[in-house]
Amino acid sequence: MNTEITGIILMYAALVAMAIPLGKYMGKIFSNEKNWSDIIFNPLDNIFYKLSGINPTKEMNWKQHLVALLTINLIWFLIAMFVLTNMHWLPLNPDANPSMSGDLAFNTAVSFVTNTNLQHYSGETGLSYLGQLTLMLWQFISAGCGIAIAAVVFFAMKEKATDKLGNFYFLFVRSCTRILFPIALVIALLLVFNGTPMTFEGKDTITNVQGDTVQVSRGPVAAFVAIKQLGTNGGGFFGPNSAHPFENPNYFTNIIETISITLIPMAMIFALGFVLKRKKLAWTIFGVMTIGFLLLLIPTIINEMKGNPAISKMGITQPMGSMEGKEVRFGSAASAYWAINTTVTSNGSVNAMHDSLTPLSGMFAMLGMMINAFFGGVGVGFLNFYIFIILAVFISGLMVGRTPEFLGKKIEAREMKIAMIIALLHPFLILVSTAIASHLYAQNPTLYAGWLANPGHHGFSEMLYEFTSSSANNGSGFEGLGDNTPFWNIACGMVMLLARYLPIIGPVAIAGILANKKYIPESAGTLKTDTATFGLMVFAVIVIIAALSFFPALTLGPIAEYFSIY
Amino acid sequence: MKANIFPAIRLTAVCLLFFSGIYTLIVWSVAQLAPNKGKGAIVTTNGKTYYSNIGQKFTEDKYFYSRPSAVGYNAAGAGGSNKGPSNPDYLKEVQARIDTFLVHNPGIQKSAIPSDIVTASGGGLDPHISVQAANIQIKRIAKIRAISEENLQQLIISNTEKPLGGILGTERINVLKLNIALDNLK
Repeated sequence: MNTEITGIILMYAALVAMAIPLGKYMGKIFSNEKNWSDIIFNPLDNIFYKLSGINPTKEMNWKQHLVALLTINLIWFLIAMFVLTNMHWLPLNPDANPSMSGDLAFNTAVSFVTNTNLQHYSGETGLSYLGQLTLMLWQFISAGCGIAIAAVVFFAMKEKATDKLGNFYFLFVRSCTRILFPIALVIALLLVFNGTPMTFEGKDTITNVQGDTVQVSRGPVAAFVAIKQLGTNGGGFFGPNSAHPFENPNYFTNIIETISITLIPMAMIFALGFVLKRKKLAWTIFGVMTIGFLLLLIPTIINEMKGNPAISKMGITQPMGSMEGKEVRFGSAASAYWAINTTVTSNGSVNAMHDSLTPLSGMFAMLGMMINAFFGGVGVGFLNFYIFIILAVFISGLMVGRTPEFLGKKIEAREMKIAMIIALLHPFLILVSTAIASHLYAQNPTLYAGWLANPGHHGFSEMLYEFTSSSANNGSGFEGLGDNTPFWNIACGMVMLLARYLPIIGPVAIAGILANKKYIPESAGTLKTDTATFGLMVFAVIVIIAALSFFPALTLGPIAEYFSIY
Repeated sequence: MKANIFPAIRLTAVCLLFFSGIYTLIVWSVAQLAPNKGKGAIVTTNGKTYYSNIGQKFTEDKYFYSRPSAVGYNAAGAGGSNKGPSNPDYLKEVQARIDTFLVHNPGIQKSAIPSDIVTASGGGLDPHISVQAANIQIKRIAKIRAISEENLQQLIISNTEKPLGGILGTERINVLKLNIALDNLK
């Protein structure tokens, strides 16, 4: 068998094999069950609580959880703004890089606090090491924040009627110290011993074999890359992200990084099964997500391995597939796998340039972000999927003439209104903002000539991709887009803000309201939500609501481009 | 909200200390045991030091060419071309690279040229080329350096990096290491 294919099959098998035990461990962490990590982490966590003046045993209702989450996120944003606009005089700046302009700092601060990691700067020239290290802090804690709030929704799905849903700070600190920190440390050390730098020295100057002198950017890369992958952050230390040989030196590190992208989002699903003691429900959700993932993945691998037809016409051969923007050490199959992996999970790191993907692969990458619920970002991916479950329960209930119930709780008008608003928010943000950008460009193509690196349909795709990535809190890009302008910085920043916090508030509100309702024991008349039939219903809802609303936009971009070169 | 502000500020400060400070220091300390003390893997030859993972520009006919790069292999600011597959200017550029390659490598069939040697990598620093891309340069280098084609073939075989464990990923050649070995072949 082709060694590129065996490589990706192994990556997926290893991923599932690790996600199941991790999910079990995470379930214990959320429910505060005794486990081996207590010995090391109980004292550590107590230091966190003590220094912060937090009482971790105080139970909160869903509204208090949201207030705590939004308050701490606001503080993170303010600190990020301060550091990014003052880097030039702060310490740890060996390359004397400048501070960011106001609009770029706004975009970057929002981007990292919302777990998006959209980057309108290039790490080598746009940040000091202090800037990098504070961005790395958001990579830990924005991910921990997502995991914590998903755990709150898990608690709300339990059978008893209650408004007590645990303590936000307790869940947040545990998610950071007991889940993200140890795994990130292992990944960072594996990277270091495979050639990823971890140094505070600045650029090195070397004379090449042919005699030209170049500079080599370095830095504390390994620590950064580990949490960038693990926390579905995706922001690279260097401009080209994990396509840079320092961030991702060989095929082995590529396997490690690829697995760590999906590890926690997948483990969250299994954790749900353990917390609720409903393993069958977890496997149903896992099944729907896996099928959706494979439906995006397989055609992308085929397209990339076949190569670019416009280059085939020139009479050369493409034994490795479409190689523009790709690295020989990974090959096109592993790059295609990464492209879908990173877009379905809202990670957004890349190991190949998405702008140079063949047209349909670019479309599947966009679809992954448009659906944004096949595994999804750490924590928040499940929240998105939760909305689709609620919609599917309601529609199925109507179809068979039963009161819609989910896990013994009645779903009524108020919950449905919230679910619909959240489900439609994502297409609304993407399509309206892309329409505005396209309108501006069409009105004055000379003024905005710097925006697009590619003409025609592909240029439209660049704009569509940027807003899709912002709204999915993904952070990857068709990087040909000249996006460091006030328009793109502010527009994408606003989209990221709305698309992060509203889809957290909505599901938490629904779950909180449902948790308060009376529990109705299952009977013969109950719609079963852990069956293949229900899985199919959820899948249909996802296709109809998420995928089809984007179809017209996709025809203008990638689909039109496909027909122009085939 | 008010009750949350001060705990939130203090918690953020503790996190900053732990995740940006302590975590970074642990990784940095262990990195001191890694090859080249965590400053990037290097290769040394004839008293000169290069980064073995960072590709270099090889355009002279006496060396095996490396892939085209959108940033000229300057690792001060890496990046890809970000050209779309249908971009007419980009396709012209690839056509021009093919034509140039054929001029410098007489006797090579166009259909033998693999696309990796005429397309730019994602990071612009790709240290590798495919085995086929090395093989089609043997003729040119044999002639310029007056080395037998068999010797060059051997050199390529001994510098080929196999897929991981023999079964995972691509087969490839590190151009920098190959060219260093080529220069040392006397």
